Amino acid sequence: MQRVYLDHAATTPMVAEAISALVDQSAKLGNPSSLHTSGREVRKDVEEAREAIAKFAECAPSEIIFTGSGTEANNAAIKGLFWSARESNPKRKVIVTSPFEHHAVMDPIDWLAVHEGAEVVHVGVSSDGVVDLDDVKRIIEARADEIALISIMHSNNEIGTVQPISEIVQIASEKQIAVHSDAVQSFGKVEFSFKNLGLTAATLSAHKIGGPLGIGILILKRGLEITPVLHGGGQERDIRSGTLNAPAIVSFAAAVKKVHSEFLERNNRVRHLKESLKATLNEKVSDIRFNGRSENSLPGILNVTFPGAPGDALLLLLDAENISTSTGSACSAGVAQPSHVLLSLGLSERDAKSSLRFSLGHTSTDSDVAYLGSVIGKVVERARAAGLK
Amino acid sequence: MKLIAAMSGGVDSAVAAARAKEAGHDVIGVHLALSKNPQKYRSGARGCCTVEDSHDARRAADVIGIPFYIWDMSDEFHSNVVENFLAEYARGNTPNPCLRCNEKIKFEAVLDRAQAMGFDGVVTGHYAQTRESKDGKLLYRAVDPAKDQSYVLAVLNRDQVQGAYFPLGDTVKDDVRLEADRRGLSVANKPDSHDICFVPSGNNASWLRERLGSTAGDIVDESGNKLGEHQGAYTYTVGQRKGLGITTPTASGEPRYVLRIEPVTNTVVVGEHNSLAVHDVTGERPIWCGPAPEIAHSYEGFLQVRAHGQPLHCTYSWDGTEVKAQLLDPLFGLAAGQAMVMYDGDRVVGSATVKSTS
Ligand SMILES: Cc1ncc(COP(=O)(O)O)c(C=O)c1O
Repeated sequence: MQRVYLDHAATTPMVAEAISALVDQSAKLGNPSSLHTSGREVRKDVEEAREAIAKFAECAPSEIIFTGSGTEANNAAIKGLFWSARESNPKRKVIVTSPFEHHAVMDPIDWLAVHEGAEVVHVGVSSDGVVDLDDVKRIIEARADEIALISIMHSNNEIGTVQPISEIVQIASEKQIAVHSDAVQSFGKVEFSFKNLGLTAATLSAHKIGGPLGIGILILKRGLEITPVLHGGGQERDIRSGTLNAPAIVSFAAAVKKVHSEFLERNNRVRHLKESLKATLNEKVSDIRFNGRSENSLPGILNVTFPGAPGDALLLLLDAENISTSTGSACSAGVAQPSHVLLSLGLSERDAKSSLRFSLGHTSTDSDVAYLGSVIGKVVERARAAGLK
Repeated sequence: MKLIAAMSGGVDSAVAAARAKEAGHDVIGVHLALSKNPQKYRSGARGCCTVEDSHDARRAADVIGIPFYIWDMSDEFHSNVVENFLAEYARGNTPNPCLRCNEKIKFEAVLDRAQAMGFDGVVTGHYAQTRESKDGKLLYRAVDPAKDQSYVLAVLNRDQVQGAYFPLGDTVKDDVRLEADRRGLSVANKPDSHDICFVPSGNNASWLRERLGSTAGDIVDESGNKLGEHQGAYTYTVGQRKGLGITTPTASGEPRYVLRIEPVTNTVVVGEHNSLAVHDVTGERPIWCGPAPEIAHSYEGFLQVRAHGQPLHCTYSWDGTEVKAQLLDPLFGLAAGQAMVMYDGDRVVGSATVKSTS
């Protein structure tokens, strides 16, 4: 029996073009920083990839800094912007962020608070998962001179809501405040234009769109120099040292081109599947709730609360039926934690722990949804029985 | 059958899970997270449930080829085991937290959850055996007397025994290690854990002192004469001889032992070895692992009062409320709150909480 994979937001299958690009490039010899012919040839492949990705992300090629992951790009952006802002003006140590960021944003910010004296200010969010713009305005007006940066995700990885980044940038730019946005989930799924948004920095990751694991991008506004996290050979504008991972970069670009070529078709199909998944769940299971607004959301993410059914029991039982889903994040010991995203929307700890994220992607089919529909009733019933214990 | 294998990250539960899988069952490995803030690493045989232990359990499940999950039982463990342990000490009793954990966590919280989810039972690496009979499955000692854990399982009621699977009961520990090695399980040589898992330092007295505070009180002899002072009664155990700090010798020159702890007056009563002798034990809140004994009928059997204690010849009876055991030869040192376990030969009849002794 084939597995039904409903966890595309965690990682999605690589597209064939990206796999062959990865394999082919791996056979090529040369360090892209070397001055000889071998090095130059690989460097050429890297620069072509950079240009292809820049075209789709609507930024200048020189604004792309390759990193080892989305997590690394977030760390580089947040720590770099914070250190640079504080260096130019010691008063600037406030970081404005949302309460539902990915850990790869939340944790570097917490680290800066604990170790570097940063003050964290959370903007309010609505119960359907959108940042409150009035609150953003209020905070900026009150603390403009103290804000080092604003970091708010472009779309949420657990509930799929797209955030009003363009409006936030507009408010912030009046006071010349830097804005970073983690666009890992958005890129390739909804419209994302670095230029049109007017962002200072953004984060992308290849493995969410059919590229390989372990390659990310920090898009950083041209001319801006930030304090690096990694020091070394001075690659990538001296902001991210380390030999460039040419095979992963070229493979990333292949995945981007593929998404680019079928953007509307792919995402409309996935969104359509999500609607059918929603209808199926409503039909098969009583008393469920969907988290996060559905308009202006990512095409593939559906977050559902099954009151009374512990998420870990749901995950185990679905896994035993060959269906992969997710309950959100786990602590270092592997214990499932109630999602901070759902808690920030006002869900009780109990409801947050009774929730599951289904995420669809480019390989999802009608039969995946139908198969889930054939087992979900029994699974929820059993999980609810276990939840009563 | 569909079984949940509780995998601690140690060698026993890994081999138990492997055997269950090999026997043709549909097995899923589950590691129980019992602490909210687990330590990263084990230090030797100390503690358990560290991040490293959950990693070891996961790797064992990979090698065996079974799915693996972590279940958060930290709230249940804290309220049912850790808090109970503290409360019993504060009451002057000497509880055994492993018993409590088997009763409330492994074979209640976990077994109930497993059964609700459609599983037939729980597999653990305990050294004990079950055998089918006309009364259903019954609980027996393991073949390896040095490792036998039937004592700490005697808190399982009849229903719980039906859902319990102990694949290691017929094997000695050394062979389990060899088998683990043969199966390619990297935990083959991992040291056994000994101490109480939630007392990572292994120093129960100071752990208790930190949590219960210490109120100094008197150490008295059996007539109530003050002989010295203590810094917190719960750090003493009945039968203890060392560390009493009493300078005046006894009339006979015999050493002194802790006879009992009186929590109300916060006194520790000491006396000669003879005064520790116990002939009759009364227990309450019995749990029968199989069919309950007939009321007011006297049975011949064995009594055990410690995890690896000697089985002692006795007769026991039950009046519907209390269990009474009469020993053929006295035992020395038994505290209220300890578990008394009755055996019929090698079969575990049941357990009760010691209420009084004489
Ligand atoms: C919103 C978001 N940010 C960051 C990341 C981390 O990216 P990476 O896995 O490349 O480190 C993820 C995915 O895991 C994500 O969903």
